[in-house]
Amino acid sequence: MAEFQLITGMVLVTFLVRYPLLAVSGRVKLPPRLLQALNYVPPAVLTAIVVPIVLVEGDHLWLGLGNPRLVGAIATVGISLWKKNLLLTIVAGMGVFLLWKAMF
Amino acid sequence: MSACVFAGSSQFIALGLLGAGSPLGIIVLTTWVVNLRHLLYSVGLVPHLKTQNQIWKVALGFWLTDETFMVAIQRYRQPDASPYKHWFHLGSAIAMYSSWQLSTLLGLTLGQTLPNAAAWGLDFAMVATFIGMTLPYLTNRPMVATVVVSGAMALLARSLPHQLGLMVAAIAGIITGVLVENRTEPGGQTHG
Repeated sequence: MAEFQLITGMVLVTFLVRYPLLAVSGRVKLPPRLLQALNYVPPAVLTAIVVPIVLVEGDHLWLGLGNPRLVGAIATVGISLWKKNLLLTIVAGMGVFLLWKAMF
Repeated sequence: MSACVFAGSSQFIALGLLGAGSPLGIIVLTTWVVNLRHLLYSVGLVPHLKTQNQIWKVALGFWLTDETFMVAIQRYRQPDASPYKHWFHLGSAIAMYSSWQLSTLLGLTLGQTLPNAAAWGLDFAMVATFIGMTLPYLTNRPMVATVVVSGAMALLARSLPHQLGLMVAAIAGIITGVLVENRTEPGGQTHG
């Protein structure tokens, strides 16, 4: 029963974040300033998710070369700038991370 | 949970909280906070979906994720005037959903038999994906400023409870981008 309540609650809050603005989108006109801000949403959100995962271990920063996430992330940035191919970037970045993790 | 909720990062966090014995209300609230960014995504899709009927909006709303948003918004922004871009969006959403269900099933069936699967570091795939999606944005100064501030704030605010640091950092990054853009280009034009 608790599982059912939990999943129902998660379904509701997830859908009620994703859908309502689409629902009224034919009728409501959004202000230009909001539309301008939207351009910055994806890079801001994705960076905010990724940076702590890469740099924080437990409760503190881990900036050394022994941190496989940091080395993998740097490699991913390099490959992305070099090849501009998302699939290749993901596979190669993952490869560098796993290799580094196996070595240390 | 994967079939009905379909929100990877919040499912991950919900299981962590469940394992720690957090009350249901806290878990649902955290799910809401983690998924708030989809409110911002849906705003981004509004100009492209406002002419579609409610069935399309419900379907694409339910299947809205980071990855589908990224793929779909790039297709919508291409200059050609194809009227079928929402079909491309739907295709992407269904592909994401199918592979999410398949992977969940694999994890459920094989997870018990594989030793230590959680320690393999497969979650780094999400990091690599997000990095690969972010870098193409960095073509001008406001975007670079956004990413720098967002990343720094995410580190500074990381100890806030319930993933609130994520929202704080994202909002700080967005405000920075808008401010830098308005300063360098008076009038603040919107880039597509």
